[in-house]
Amino acid sequence: MMQALDLVPIWTAILAVGVFLYVALDGFDLGVGMLYNFAPDRQARGLVMNSIAPIWDGNETWLILGGVGLLAAFPVAFAIIIPAVYFPILLMLLALIFRGVAFEFRYRDAERHTFWDRGFAAGSALAAFAQGIVLGAFIQGFHVEGRHFVGSSFDCFTPFSIFTGIALMFGYGLLGAGWLIIKTDGALQDWARRLGLYCLVGTAIAIAVVSIWTPLADAHIAARWFSFPHVVWLAPVPLITAALVLYAWHALRTASEYGPFAAGLGLFVMSYLGIAISLWPMIVPRHFTLHQAAASPSTQAFLLVGTLILLPIVLLYTGWSYWVFRGKVRGDIGYH
Amino acid sequence: MHLDPEFLSRLQFAWVVGWHILLPAFTVGLASFIAFLEGVYALTRRDVFLHLSQFWLRIFAVSFGMGVVTGIVMPFQFGTNWSRLSDAAGNVISPLLAYEGLTAFFLEATFLGVLLFGRKLVPPAMHFVAAVLVAAGTLSSSFWIIATNSWMQTPVGYAIVDGLFYPKDWSAILFSPSLPYRLAHTVSAFYVTTAFVVLGVGAYTVRRGQSPAEGRMMLRLSLWFLAIFVPVQIVLGDLQGLNTLEYQPAKLAAIEGLWDGGRGVPASIIGWPDQEQERNLAEIAVPRLGSLYLTHAWNGEVKGLKDFPPDQRAPVAIVYFTFRIMVGIGLLMLATVLAGFYLLWRGRLDDTPWYLKLCQVTVCLGFIAVLAGWTTTEVGRQPWTIYGLMRTADSVSPSLTGADVLLSFVLYVIVYLVIFPVGISVMLRFVWRGPAASEEAEPIESGHPKSPIEALSPTIAGRAS
Repeated sequence: MMQALDLVPIWTAILAVGVFLYVALDGFDLGVGMLYNFAPDRQARGLVMNSIAPIWDGNETWLILGGVGLLAAFPVAFAIIIPAVYFPILLMLLALIFRGVAFEFRYRDAERHTFWDRGFAAGSALAAFAQGIVLGAFIQGFHVEGRHFVGSSFDCFTPFSIFTGIALMFGYGLLGAGWLIIKTDGALQDWARRLGLYCLVGTAIAIAVVSIWTPLADAHIAARWFSFPHVVWLAPVPLITAALVLYAWHALRTASEYGPFAAGLGLFVMSYLGIAISLWPMIVPRHFTLHQAAASPSTQAFLLVGTLILLPIVLLYTGWSYWVFRGKVRGDIGYH
Repeated sequence: MHLDPEFLSRLQFAWVVGWHILLPAFTVGLASFIAFLEGVYALTRRDVFLHLSQFWLRIFAVSFGMGVVTGIVMPFQFGTNWSRLSDAAGNVISPLLAYEGLTAFFLEATFLGVLLFGRKLVPPAMHFVAAVLVAAGTLSSSFWIIATNSWMQTPVGYAIVDGLFYPKDWSAILFSPSLPYRLAHTVSAFYVTTAFVVLGVGAYTVRRGQSPAEGRMMLRLSLWFLAIFVPVQIVLGDLQGLNTLEYQPAKLAAIEGLWDGGRGVPASIIGWPDQEQERNLAEIAVPRLGSLYLTHAWNGEVKGLKDFPPDQRAPVAIVYFTFRIMVGIGLLMLATVLAGFYLLWRGRLDDTPWYLKLCQVTVCLGFIAVLAGWTTTEVGRQPWTIYGLMRTADSVSPSLTGADVLLSFVLYVIVYLVIFPVGISVMLRFVWRGPAASEEAEPIESGHPKSPIEALSPTIAGRAS
């Protein structure tokens, strides 16, 4: 019964949502980590860190689910993409280790707290940068023979991927600023708004450059966007993106508390959509479509049954924990 | 010098998983212990249980955080270094890993946040439920990861088409022949490891005399627990050995250092297995004893290493010695528990300094035994990743050069050598400060109140609550 059903679209949707949730959730807390470096004083740093203390490892769990979800739904894509981005993945993992332990060590290892402060900020920045490189390398595609990546482990470092690395740092910074605006008030919130503006400018420039760079570098992507009638159907994507940039600018400069974060998320949705439109229906660009890379139907069905039950539960209690820790961040709840 | 990407990838995997396994070895047991303490506190309202729960929760937070970040590394190793294994076996093992994430990681991460930071924000009953859910998460995680490992050790329920594994029977895959024994032996090992840590910390606390009630309680709780679980663990180990004899005879022969199989085989007590000469040097062995404990019959038949071609044998010496280290530690543990019970019976447990000092040393025993046992089962599986079906040499990512892996390995070594010593010293500091330290002023807090960020304006704190 289940075998007759084509589950690939469902798994594509689940994986897309899972990866997006990772990018949105860990995105804002990596962004908070980067902004942490610029916090005015020790008390502000404490508040900034406590704004994400109860939720960061839940956010990071989506990374495992994204990675393992890719392995489960599209095993050959996992087996090609991950070794192809060997060093960015390594840097990301090491950066996340440093950043994760800094939460605890910063208070407990008091004589070296400056080291762990820097480790927290630098780890967040490096993790964001490495993820951006993975994204850039993915868009550019890999050297594949048969079912394996056969290029060099350094192929992924190109001007384009370095650029997307920097771009993602700005994007995460924007999300982080949006989060801090929600979780703080007074002078600290003003500070977050100011940094949010810088990050918005960086993000907007980055989106524009990538939007011009990719069609220039890849004729398929150019044809996808600019041939008639696609150009008509797809015109709303850049238009909505531009409108979101303007709205974010406005929200950062007025008293709006949720506007900047919502606009930042909106920009991520649009960029994500843009990349999906450019690459559809490939999961390993130019080599494997979603269907060609899909796991065996039995694998998809076996995992889908549990996922359909468990994922809503996970979302429910994750939502509940955000509810418990809602409101402005307090000095008495968090790491001490 | 020729750098072999396969060998270096194996070293790297051993390095990252070796450090990582120390954390679940501790946190799986500790999560259950904390849930137990919270539960007993809810029932009895005795302060000693609250103090102990708060004390161990602080240590749990550090070790769990380290477990999370070193754990994220693990699934990515499958992709970065073992991509051919991922491609070939992804259809079978990936749902098990995904279920681990879905059932365990989110549960642990979410409710640990509530457990650590939510004492003021959720009702006490919910706080206890959070403790139980974190413990349930760690156990669920153990199940799925051991299920994955057990399938790779004793694969069943699959079909191979064009070199790729396809699932045929999920319940067979999930409950592969070695799963029940491996799961029981591993989880029990984790519990015993934690109990020896609690025993050692309790002994230290009693010796210091600062929180005598908490110290005595830790000594007694852990001794009673160990009195049951150390013997159980020895029996479970024997059962897993019998299972290995049936399903992985080449591994068992390496464990035993048995070159010539047959009926009535000897038991090698100690010696030096020489893989080239196919015999043990300077060996002390007991005739026929091997058959007796392996098959429970004097004349039982056991296969020797020579029954398998040389390219299907594990590195014998490593497996042979790590197994003996594990068994030796098991006997030491048993002696420690027996001595403790003798002292408890004579009413001298709390004022026998040599024994309390001994207990402090035994803190490390469980960790060494876990590492030794894990090495035995994993190195004993060589030269296979999927036992008898897929070789380790055919599992490694084809694109990697030796230099690539050397570089990544060196970076993992450096980072782990920074974070583990700091993490251990941070946890030791909690122990030095003691269970009752700094809790009196504000008993509902999970950390000490002299934080650098306590001086917040009351308006901010007030508005959020």
